[in-house]
Amino acid sequence: MKSYRKYMTSKIAWYVLTFVVALFLNFLLPRLIPGNPVSTIVSKITSGMADTNSIKRVYETFEKEFGLNKPIWEQFLIYVSNLLHGNMGTSFGQYPRKVTDILASSIMWTIGLQLPAIIVSWILGNVLGVLAAYIKKGFDKVLFPVFLFISCIPSFGFAIVLVWLFAVALKIAPASGGYAFDMIPSPTLSFFLSVLQHYQLPFWSIVLVGIGGQSLGMREMSIYELNADYVKYCRLLGLKDSKIVRYVFKNAVLPQITGLALSLGTMVGGALITEIVFSYPGLGSVLFNAIAAQDFPLISGCTLLITTGVLIANFVIDIVYGLIDPRIKVAQQE
Amino acid sequence: MKNNFSIIFKSSKFRLGFIIFVLLLLSVIIFPIVNKEDPLKMNYTMFQKPGPNLPLGADNFGRNELVELIAGGKTSLIIGILAGGIATGVGLILGLFGGYIGGLVDDVLSSITNIFLVIPSFIILVLISVSISSRSYLTTALVIGFTSWPWTARAVRAQTISLRNRDHVNLAKVSGYSIPKIIATEILPYIASYVGMAFILQVASGILSEATISMLGLGPQNTVTLGLMLNWATMYEAHMSGAWWAFVPPVLMIALITFSLNLMNTGLDQIFNPQIRS
Repeated sequence: MKSYRKYMTSKIAWYVLTFVVALFLNFLLPRLIPGNPVSTIVSKITSGMADTNSIKRVYETFEKEFGLNKPIWEQFLIYVSNLLHGNMGTSFGQYPRKVTDILASSIMWTIGLQLPAIIVSWILGNVLGVLAAYIKKGFDKVLFPVFLFISCIPSFGFAIVLVWLFAVALKIAPASGGYAFDMIPSPTLSFFLSVLQHYQLPFWSIVLVGIGGQSLGMREMSIYELNADYVKYCRLLGLKDSKIVRYVFKNAVLPQITGLALSLGTMVGGALITEIVFSYPGLGSVLFNAIAAQDFPLISGCTLLITTGVLIANFVIDIVYGLIDPRIKVAQQE
Repeated sequence: MKNNFSIIFKSSKFRLGFIIFVLLLLSVIIFPIVNKEDPLKMNYTMFQKPGPNLPLGADNFGRNELVELIAGGKTSLIIGILAGGIATGVGLILGLFGGYIGGLVDDVLSSITNIFLVIPSFIILVLISVSISSRSYLTTALVIGFTSWPWTARAVRAQTISLRNRDHVNLAKVSGYSIPKIIATEILPYIASYVGMAFILQVASGILSEATISMLGLGPQNTVTLGLMLNWATMYEAHMSGAWWAFVPPVLMIALITFSLNLMNTGLDQIFNPQIRS
C-alpha cells in the first residue's frame, strides 16, 4: 500500500504540473496575435453595431477582463484569479452571456455522449479483439481489413454518411439536435425518449469507429499473450478454452488501458467534431460556433474545459491502472 | 538493403497497402496533367447531379467534385507527409538525445514529452490556428507537425534506452566517438525500421488532424483539402439534400489513404516483430 501511495503522490504532482502548463498555453497562445487583440476583436464584433455607446461598453468590458494595459505576467495572474472565482469572462458572440453559463449548459451533453461511447467502444473492441486473436481462422483474410478500414474512417465522416443514410434516405432517425426542436428540456418521459432518439446516430458513429481501432490493438496484444508459456501450460493441464481466453484477456487488457489513455485526446477530438455534424448541443458545437464568431473568451473556455476533462479522464485511468496492475508495486517511475 | 525490401514485400498486408497508396499517389499526380480543369472554378450549379461529363457531380459551390477530390487529396497528402516528417523528426531528436544522454537532460525532455502527451494536441492545434489569421496549407502542415511529436519521442526514447548499454555502443564510447556520432552510427540504424513505421502512422494522423481542424473552420485558406471538402459539405448540408457525391468521396478518400498507410504499418510490424505473425 505504501508503494501505491507513492505512485499516487507522484501522479498527482504530475497532473498538477501538466494542468498548470495547459493553463499557461491556454492563456498565452491566443494572446500571441500581433496588435491589440481587444481592438481587433471589438472592431470585428461591433462592425454591425452603429451605436457608439454600446461599442464603448463592449470595449471596456473586455479591456477590464483581459487587463490589457498591464504586463503579461500580471495579465496571467488576473486570468488565474478570475478562473479561481469561476469567472471565464463574457462571451463576444453571445454578449452579455457569461462563458461559464454557456459551458455549463453544454458540458452535460458532451459527457453524456462521449463517456458511454468511449467506454462501450473500448469494451466491445477488446472482447472482439481477444476473440479474433483466438479464432484466427479467416480473420486475417476478411475481418482484419474490414475492421482496419472502419477504424480509418474519421468518426465525423462516418457521422455525415449515417445521417444521410438513416435520417435523410430512410427517415428512421432524427438528423440533428439533442432533442426535438419543438421541446423544452424537462424531466418528462416524452422528452427523455426524444433525447434517446437523437442519441442513436452520434453515439453509434463514435462507437463503431472506436471498436475498429481498439479491437486491432487488443488482437495484437492477445496474440503475444497466446504465445506465452502459461497458455501452453494451461493447455497441458487440460483447462477449458473459455478459461484460457479469460486469462489471456485479463493480461492483454492491461496495456490496452494505457492505450486508451494515449488515444483519449484523439478520440475526444473526433467525437467533438461529430457533435458539429449533428448540431448536438454539446461542447463541440459550442466551440465550432465560437470559432465562427471569433469569440475568444468562449474558445478559450472550451479549450480549457476540454483539456481539463481529458486530464481528469487520464488521471482516473492512471489510478485504476495502479490498482489493478500488480507491477505498479514494483514502482515504475516513468 | 535490396534484401530488406524483398523481405518487406513478402508481407501481403504491406504489399496491399503499398499498392493502394502508390495508386492514390499516381492518380493525384497524373490526373491534373491530363485534366487541366481548375478545381476551385465554379462552372456548374450547386450540387449538380453526377452526369456523363461530371462523374461525381458538383459541390455546393458548383465545382467539379472529381477534380476537386483529386486536388484535395493531393493537398491533404502533402500536409500529411510534411506534418508526419516534422513530427517524426522532432520526436526522433528529442527521444534519441534524452534516451541516450540520460540524467537531467532526459528528465527535462521526458517531462516535456509526458506533459504534451496528456494535453490533447488537437486543442493546441485549435489555439494556434485561432491565433493565425491567414493560413496556407503549409502553415497547417507546420502546426500539425509541431504539435504531434510526443508519442514518437516517447517511443524512440524507450527504444534508445534499451540499446544504450549494448556492447557495440560501449565500444564506440570507449573509442572516444562524439555523442552525435554514436547516436547516428550505433543507435539510429537499429531503430530505423521503427522510425519508418512511426513516420507512416504520423502521416496518417496528420491527414486526420487536417480533416479535424478543417471541420472546425480552422483549415487552410485559398486551397482545397479533403477536410475542407467535408467542412463545406457539412456547412451547406449536402447530407440533408441527399447530395452523397459531395461527402462520400472525400470520406472514402481519407479512409483509403489512412487505410493503406495503416496496412503498410501492420505489414512492417509483422516482419519486425515476428510474434504477431498469425
